[in-house]
Amino acid sequence: MVGGGGMGGGLLENANPLIYERSGERPVTAGEEDEQVPDSIDAREIFDLIRSINDPEHPLTLEELNVVEQVRVQVSDPESTVAVAFTPTIPHCSMATLIGLSIKVKLLRSLPSVSRWMCTLHQELMPRSMQDTAPGCVRLDSTGVNKQLADKERVAAALENTHLLEVVTSACQPAPEPGFFAPSHTQGSWPCFLNH
Amino acid sequence: MAAAAALEAVAPTGALWGLVHDFVMGQQEGPADQVAADVKSGSYTVLQVVEALGSSLENPEPRTRARGIQLLSQVLLQCQSLLLEKEVVHLILFYENRLKDHHLVIPSVLQGLRALSLCVALPPGLAVSVLKAIFQEVHVQSLLQVDRHTVYSIITNFMQTREEELKGLGADFTFGFIQVMDGEKDPRNLLVAFRIVHDLISRDYSLGPFVEELFEVTSCYFPIDFTPPPNDPHGIQREDLILSLRAVLASTPQFAEFLLPLLIEKVDSEILSAKLDSLQTLNACCAVYGQKELKDFLPSLWASIRREVFQTASERVEADGLAALHSLTACLSRSVLRADAEDLLDSFLSNILQDCRHHLCEPDMKLVWPSAKLLQAAAGASARACDRITSNVLPLLLEQFHKHGQSNQRRTILEMILGFLKLHQKWSYEDKDERPLNGFKDQLCSLVFMALTDPSTQLQLVGIRTFAVLGAQPDLLSSGDLELAVGHLYRLSFLEEDSQSWVAALEASGALAALYPIAFSSHLVPKLAEELRRGELDLSRGDEPTKRSRHLRCLQALSAISTHPNIVKETLPLLLQHLCRMNKGTVVAETSEVLAVCQSLQQVAEKCQRDPESCWYFHQTAVPCLLALAVQASMPEKEHSVLRKVLLEDEVLAALVSVIGTATTHLSPDLAAQSVAHIVPLFLDGNISFLPENSFPCRFQPFQDGSSGQSRLVALLMAFVCSLPRNVEIPQLNQLMRELVELSCCPSCPFSSTAAAKCFAGLLNKLPAGQQVDEFLQLAVDKVEAGLSPGPCRSQAFTLLLWVTKALVLRYHPLSSCLTDRLTGLLSDPELGPAAADGFSLLMSDCTDVLTRTGHAEVRLMFRQRFFTDNVPALVQGFHAASQDVKPNYLKGLSHVLNRLPKPVLLPELPTLLSLLLEALSCSDCVVQLSTLSCLQPLLLEAPQVMSLHVDTLVTKFLNLSSSPSMAVRIAALRCMHALTRLPTPVLLPYKPQVIRALAKPLDDKKRLVRKEAVSARGEWFLLGSPGS
Repeated sequence: MVGGGGMGGGLLENANPLIYERSGERPVTAGEEDEQVPDSIDAREIFDLIRSINDPEHPLTLEELNVVEQVRVQVSDPESTVAVAFTPTIPHCSMATLIGLSIKVKLLRSLPSVSRWMCTLHQELMPRSMQDTAPGCVRLDSTGVNKQLADKERVAAALENTHLLEVVTSACQPAPEPGFFAPSHTQGSWPCFLNH
Repeated sequence: MAAAAALEAVAPTGALWGLVHDFVMGQQEGPADQVAADVKSGSYTVLQVVEALGSSLENPEPRTRARGIQLLSQVLLQCQSLLLEKEVVHLILFYENRLKDHHLVIPSVLQGLRALSLCVALPPGLAVSVLKAIFQEVHVQSLLQVDRHTVYSIITNFMQTREEELKGLGADFTFGFIQVMDGEKDPRNLLVAFRIVHDLISRDYSLGPFVEELFEVTSCYFPIDFTPPPNDPHGIQREDLILSLRAVLASTPQFAEFLLPLLIEKVDSEILSAKLDSLQTLNACCAVYGQKELKDFLPSLWASIRREVFQTASERVEADGLAALHSLTACLSRSVLRADAEDLLDSFLSNILQDCRHHLCEPDMKLVWPSAKLLQAAAGASARACDRITSNVLPLLLEQFHKHGQSNQRRTILEMILGFLKLHQKWSYEDKDERPLNGFKDQLCSLVFMALTDPSTQLQLVGIRTFAVLGAQPDLLSSGDLELAVGHLYRLSFLEEDSQSWVAALEASGALAALYPIAFSSHLVPKLAEELRRGELDLSRGDEPTKRSRHLRCLQALSAISTHPNIVKETLPLLLQHLCRMNKGTVVAETSEVLAVCQSLQQVAEKCQRDPESCWYFHQTAVPCLLALAVQASMPEKEHSVLRKVLLEDEVLAALVSVIGTATTHLSPDLAAQSVAHIVPLFLDGNISFLPENSFPCRFQPFQDGSSGQSRLVALLMAFVCSLPRNVEIPQLNQLMRELVELSCCPSCPFSSTAAAKCFAGLLNKLPAGQQVDEFLQLAVDKVEAGLSPGPCRSQAFTLLLWVTKALVLRYHPLSSCLTDRLTGLLSDPELGPAAADGFSLLMSDCTDVLTRTGHAEVRLMFRQRFFTDNVPALVQGFHAASQDVKPNYLKGLSHVLNRLPKPVLLPELPTLLSLLLEALSCSDCVVQLSTLSCLQPLLLEAPQVMSLHVDTLVTKFLNLSSSPSMAVRIAALRCMHALTRLPTPVLLPYKPQVIRALAKPLDDKKRLVRKEAVSARGEWFLLGSPGS
């Protein structure tokens, strides 16, 4: 079942957002199937971890809403560092902290032991041509959100909160099949129009 | 005499009095059945029972009266068929009168009335009188559930047998029933009550002024909110109630004015199930409603549906919303209009268009798809709706396509267009000029051609699919359009980069070629023929990867368009000539090239199977030609050209086997008989007369010398004879079988001997039971036994044993058990043990070349289950008895058997086998580990309850295996860890911290594919027991 808000008669903060393409499954290379060759952790691998996280508001993934992009994931395997920048769909999105928390949790759960891997998360407000779509909007300070996400104790405390954990948990569940709302660009599966 | 008779009469009556006393005063239950049995056997009459009860029926103590009536009612329930009309009248009068009695008595009275309601002898008029009495005297809802159920049963019985009488009551009956069911709470009773209301409506009882009351008394349960209690013995599901209530609510247009506002209100509610139920009920209503009922509510209904589809996060709400819109539109389209009436369909569609149209102009935004889906749902409802919407939307989309320059935007727009075009396929138009697409044809074609030349693969793909849909519309495209399109498809089929477009282009070519063979054979086949020629020249010049891939594409294109018999007549000779030139050495051929040609031939053969004429054409043309090439290649020559030998390679022969098999399976028996008369003598006698080129330097004697290349061609013989229909007689069968057995145990060439063994098995499987089979079988068994004794051909003898066993197992031959026992015995053989273990995999799996259902082999449906029941006990026993070094063989054999077994069969056997499987997890053999893991994984998903008993062992072993040196084992173990999360959460929670810690290790695996599984497994374990999951 798809989790998150958006049920009921209430209006969404942003009912008709721009939709971006989903990237397909990462093709498996011969090297990956070879027992001997070690595969380093790269940006795509980290991106694959977070791209399917659901937006708390829409039945859409962070990738489809362009909240995260592969180019804004910086990974260094030798140094064991990951840096992810994310941008909420609208600049004053009240969901920013929740989205950040979901990404953080997903990374914490999926990266090899946290002591070895450092992951930093950073909310960027307007890295895209956001000014065009939201003219005259007040630039909000993103430091608040970033501070919260960097603070281990505050993240831990947030996860003690049942309601927050619930939202984060449902965000981390498998996304609906592509093609449900938006055209998918994955191989072989196409939006079905009518299933009568 | 008379005294004796009187005595006889008194004696049973005396016994009756005793029984009655025991029941009424002694509070024993047994006597009731005894009395009923005696009445049934004729020992005494119902009247005598009443007489015996006499005083207790008039007893001042209500409990005693109740008890007395209870006895009578129980007797009546069993004996109502014996009652005479006169008796029934008296009994009814008595019972009706008793309805006024003390409340303790009522349940027994109702039981009696229920018995009487089943009575065939009930005179007219009494049903109505009983019902009136019940309606008047009994306050049903203050009774217990069972007694309320009795009342419903009485009503149901009367409705089944006395419909006319009850209808005579008019609306009073309806009103009486409304009062009976008003306030009912028990789901069991509700199911019956809903059924009664449904019958009231559907059988046309008079509802009179009580329509609204009847609606109220049922709709108060909507939407159904019911969760069956755990371990509910009645087995009533929420869905049962939902469906039976829906049947009531959606049964009549008379409810419409009350129901529609209720549905709108519930669609707007916050509860998902209420939304779904309302949308589905609306959908059901549309089947009986007309314009009149819907008219006033259309704007609100549309608003609600639109909001749900635009906003929902649930796929089901979306689907149900679209389905409801579809039915609404269909309902409006169905109604016949008077000339002066307003066409509601038109205004309804206008509303939809108005609200959705503008979203189609924003192909990047979220609402574009919900809008398109809504429009398409409405357009799919009727030809009229389809015309109205497409004539409005298509020009807009065409315009938008040109307005938006980006490929991904254009792709979205074209994909929407495609959706609308597909809807047009549902309606057929008699008159050619009326077809609404005709006016857009040129614009659509030019748009598709733009898409086909766009650099974006995604846009190309939609373009290809759109063209295929346009092509499927009869008489739409002109020959000019087709020529252009064929040109594009040709270009796309040869696109350099490894994109999906060429695959799609080939598929579309295949579909279109079947419809427009002339366009394809005049515009595409010549181009491909030229391409093939050019390719040959390029190949002979040397190795150039891009040219090679072009050559492959050309072969694939040739096979893809062979979807029409006339095209096959052009493409097949091209492919065969190409193969001949390769064989002659004029073209440098590598194995992969020859294989590619074989694959193309194979695909052509598959496409020919549908049409008997093409099938025979293919067989008659290709099979002799391929055999001739192979025989030619097998001839010993002085100057052994490398090329010739290519045809004799294992892989190439296997490819030829599948071509010949495919070209043979669908032959009609008489044509197959013509062919077999040539081919068997070719192999047995070297009779080469029917081959197209037959001047060879020496004789063809494949069975004479097992070591020569010629013997390898027995595989081709196998392909042919094992694919023949069962009723085709094979000439010289006896000789053939003997030669095959001889060759199968010839140690010089494993390929030839295996082919011979398979061929023997394939033929044996198809022979009708009888002496001949037994003789051949004996022949094989003797050969196997001789071969298995120490010597050079043990493994050949084993292969023969294996294939013969398989042939017999598939057809449930009685001797198959002897052979499987022999095979099981070999598991402890130090030399053949591992091969025997793998042999079980072969026995259980489906072959592709011989012993297949398509090849007309006798394959019984349940052979795996049967093999399992017959052999697993022996395997388990063998395992326990075996020495340590051969134990893995047994485990491996067992896990092969279990792996291939349908899961429902395996589940009941699981408890006994599980311990063995768990032991197999500790076995050091990777193959055993892997196959055990892949056996356990579906079991975890399907039988979590059984598996949860072993959770401790499973967790430990899976975690151990997740650090196995083999990557495949690590992946399988992690998948099992993932599947473990399906076990009941309380069982898992104690392990959660330990597992999460342990799974951190594979997160750091050096292989990405392992890390991926670890991430998803660990993610699931984190979710266990956490809120929101």
